[in-house]
Amino acid sequence: MSKGLVVSPDKCTGCRTCELACSYSKSDTFNPKDSAISVLFYEDVGLRVPMTCMQCDEPHCVKVCVVNALSKDEKTGVVNYDKEKCIGCKMCVSACPFGNMTYSIRLKEVIKCDLCKGDPQCVKMCNYGAIQYKELDSTLDKRKNIAYQFKEAFGEGAK
Amino acid sequence: MKGYTEKVIRVDLTNKIIKIEKLNMDYAKEYIGGRGLGTKYLYEEVDPQIDPLSPENKLIFMTGPVTGTNATCAGRFNVVAKAPLTGAIGAGNTGGYFGPELKFAGYDGIIFEGKASSPVYLNINDDLVQLKDASHLWGKDVFETTDILLSENDEDAKVACIGPAGENLVLFAAVMNDKDRAAGRSGLGAVMGSKNLKAVVVKGTKGLSVANPMLFNKAVTDAREKVKANAVTGTGGGLATYGTEILVNILNEMHAFPTNNWQTSRFEEAEKISGEYLTENYLVRNKACFACPIGCGRTIKIPDGKYKGIVAGPEYEAGWSYGACCGISDLNEINKANHVCNMLGLDPITMGATIACAMELYEKGYITKEDLDGEELRFGDALSIMKLTEKTGYRQGFGDKLALGSYRLAEMYGHPELSMTVKKQEMPAYDGRAIQGMGLSYATSNRGGCHVRGYVTSTEVLGIPMKTDPLSTEGKAALVKLFQDLTALVDSSDICLFTTFAIGLPEVSAMLRGTTGFEYTDEEMLRAGERIWNLEKLFNIEAGLTREDDMLPPRLLNEPVTSGPSKGKVTELITMLDEYYQVRGWDEYGVPTEDKLNELSLSSRGLAEAY
Repeated sequence: MSKGLVVSPDKCTGCRTCELACSYSKSDTFNPKDSAISVLFYEDVGLRVPMTCMQCDEPHCVKVCVVNALSKDEKTGVVNYDKEKCIGCKMCVSACPFGNMTYSIRLKEVIKCDLCKGDPQCVKMCNYGAIQYKELDSTLDKRKNIAYQFKEAFGEGAK
Repeated sequence: MKGYTEKVIRVDLTNKIIKIEKLNMDYAKEYIGGRGLGTKYLYEEVDPQIDPLSPENKLIFMTGPVTGTNATCAGRFNVVAKAPLTGAIGAGNTGGYFGPELKFAGYDGIIFEGKASSPVYLNINDDLVQLKDASHLWGKDVFETTDILLSENDEDAKVACIGPAGENLVLFAAVMNDKDRAAGRSGLGAVMGSKNLKAVVVKGTKGLSVANPMLFNKAVTDAREKVKANAVTGTGGGLATYGTEILVNILNEMHAFPTNNWQTSRFEEAEKISGEYLTENYLVRNKACFACPIGCGRTIKIPDGKYKGIVAGPEYEAGWSYGACCGISDLNEINKANHVCNMLGLDPITMGATIACAMELYEKGYITKEDLDGEELRFGDALSIMKLTEKTGYRQGFGDKLALGSYRLAEMYGHPELSMTVKKQEMPAYDGRAIQGMGLSYATSNRGGCHVRGYVTSTEVLGIPMKTDPLSTEGKAALVKLFQDLTALVDSSDICLFTTFAIGLPEVSAMLRGTTGFEYTDEEMLRAGERIWNLEKLFNIEAGLTREDDMLPPRLLNEPVTSGPSKGKVTELITMLDEYYQVRGWDEYGVPTEDKLNELSLSSRGLAEAY
């Protein structure tokens, strides 16, 4: 298990450039409806949340796919989608507990994140660092940040 | 043809007839899109002499070729009509998400004509375009209207609408979209209200592609890198950190921050209404429009009162109009009044500046307590601004007079010289005596007093792309012309003007070429900007505006700045204006010469009568 997407909603400005980057890199068109990532808006509390496939270790979508169009690559961690095998039954759309699988009626295919073969375009285009691609155990950063406050409070020479 | 969907929706509101027609590609080639293309349609279809609030006026929504792509800040569209506040051309450029959604639905723009017999809204869902009854929405504010329309139609749709101010024909009502973005100035919302058109709802699922992906990708990568690296627009830059309010302390320190209705140029308490103060005390997080890497928008909190909650914060100019211009340093009250503008659909610049004018009228004894519904109104009276804004939107009591803007208000009481307007529209936040080029820019703006028609503050104050002396008039005519032409191009491609702190003509042109495949040179692009500027001017001349309307209020011409580096200065307008007309290739009356018109492939229709 290696790198994955880490989303920080507190940094998201809601520019939706990630949606454009995704659809443009996959289909040469700018169309948020065909993007594997979407920004959800909760303006009443001032929050925007980018949502995309989390590449589950036990992917429900893979389990329900009867034609093996979806498969987990243990090496990269990516849940891959094979359009050739897909029969468009949309079971995976129903199975995903997060709603991160969508089906494009226009493209007649499942829209899902494949991490752009290790070079996710949404990450590249996000100017605020709200979507990052990194070693997943580096989310320990958060823990480090908290620990740092103890350092400030109790470390030698602290006030 | 890429960059355009090549389809325009034409809505005859009088007869309730909707037609989808082909975009006039000859217009598109010469006027690009957005502001330019909208103006071309208006100029060809509307007699400039009509009453702006009559059914003969048209209301045009127009996107640009890059709208909906990931070109830098390409999430914009323009609203164009003859404007009721000024009687001149009106064009408002607005961000948010509505413009791209319209394009995703498959349309470059919408032309509304006539007047509906009862309130209606237009509902667009890809190929399905319908007029629907809006009587249940009439009287509702922008936020309520948007929420109801989303729940009635589609939560993913985008909404542009007017609030009570537009319905009540307040002369500076705005067309609002995505709740808190605005085609704000000159009263375009009143035009929409005069047509009984409450809202436009749009949902689109179609993709957009570009003509030359290689060229486009290169141009966008280059532009994005430059925007990212720039001290104003970049990551951790001025706009991202403090929003547009970062300008408060800068302008105040140079004594170019008009205070108490422009009686002085420095506000003692500016710090309390600054971007730094806003960030420290009210900012929740940054907010960006579609495809924008800058994120200058502010999501802020209102901690108390009836509007308690999370809302959009004021821009520099709105914070100034309610702040320094009214002598007010209570940022929380300014934030509330700004939010009320968004709710009611009002231009906060004109609103705040009109209240400031009323304050001076009252303090000088030209209006009485009785005129003010029994209340006093003095500079610094923070609790007045939200109340008066509400009264204006609903046209209650004194608000009915404020609804006319400061020029008509001051004129009504016999003192039009106290209205700080050009073409009856309020100038914002930059003192044209301390920044000479801005004085000329205000005077010659085709839509009246406005900072974003030729933002030479960029060079005179911020030193972008190079520093010029704000107190000197030398070279300012040519500089103002260049900024005006380039801005017309930027507004017509429909990227955000703020990108131009970091990128210029070559970058904008490259993105446009990549998108449309048109083989324009940079010079031809700039020429298109100049053509648009001249077309707007022709519209104004035919509407009856003259050299007298390219004039600043007497205060800027006769009352010198009282302090700071520009102490003793007035705007040396006449010198600059004559030179400006010359560099524009216009005659001494400000009318484009035949040679200039030929050079720009424009015709002089109607000019003879207008003389």
